[in-house]
Amino acid sequence: MQNSDSSLFDQVMQLKAAEEFAAISALIPYSAFVGFELVIDEQGLLTILRGKASNVGNTTIPAVHGGVVGALLEHAGVMHIIHACDITRFPKIINISVDYLRPCIGHEDTYARGYLIKQGKSISNVRIEAWQTDQKRPVAAAHAHFLMG
Amino acid sequence: MAMTEKEHYPLSSIRSILQKLPHIEALGLTAMEFNRGSCLFEVKYAPHLVGNIESGVIHGGVITTLLDSAGGAAAFTVVPAGASVATLDLRIDYLKQAERERSILGFAECYRQTQHIVFVKGYAYHESPDDPIAHFVASFMVGSVGFAPNAKQ
Repeated sequence: MQNSDSSLFDQVMQLKAAEEFAAISALIPYSAFVGFELVIDEQGLLTILRGKASNVGNTTIPAVHGGVVGALLEHAGVMHIIHACDITRFPKIINISVDYLRPCIGHEDTYARGYLIKQGKSISNVRIEAWQTDQKRPVAAAHAHFLMG
Repeated sequence: MAMTEKEHYPLSSIRSILQKLPHIEALGLTAMEFNRGSCLFEVKYAPHLVGNIESGVIHGGVITTLLDSAGGAAAFTVVPAGASVATLDLRIDYLKQAERERSILGFAECYRQTQHIVFVKGYAYHESPDDPIAHFVASFMVGSVGFAPNAKQ
């Protein structure tokens, strides 16, 4: 084994096996800062961004800062790979392209789900969608490439 | 130029209003340079921004927020006073890993402007733009749906 028992990767793999995704979230300081949560539902892994006044980047609407929406999509993409794929190391983001579709209301929770479009030996392509009240009305969508091996 | 200040938002007011936005403050983003058509922002390293506790590297989302903020600010400097700006899309290429314990600078400039869209590109780096951490390209909608500095709060 390349990783010792105490490595972060091994810890995350053990928590994944136990389906303790809240504990995985707790290992990521930025998750607590912006309010990311991870839950498992019947469709797989769901990433949640809690409505939080400190995430507002547009006080007129008020709406979540576009950067935080981008962060949510990236986070949901990485976490989807960790959840859905057999991996030997953490996926590393290569690039992400985000489309902003509707205002993301600041005091509401936002949900995001990843879809593995292609899993390659070295690179995977993931589509991620985020919505608030209606999954059919996404607030933002992204596609991203991740280095796997 | 007096003409420029009349047609556009004054740089000083965009700067002070953006600095007070909740997430800009929470993240500790600082506007380092503010010019007509380009902006430079800085984010200081902080333990609560870390994405990987083993490497100490900050979460990629921080770089997205840094560059989206710099891009949005740059767009505000070129639109007519009264107009709003909202991110339409953005793309980030992560070129190399950010180093722990180090501040990151995010630069963005407008390279094309039409009635409805401002096209922006930029990059993030520690010390030199010649050694970038990330490249960034984005477009911003100009209109009435986004954030306007003079809008009623």
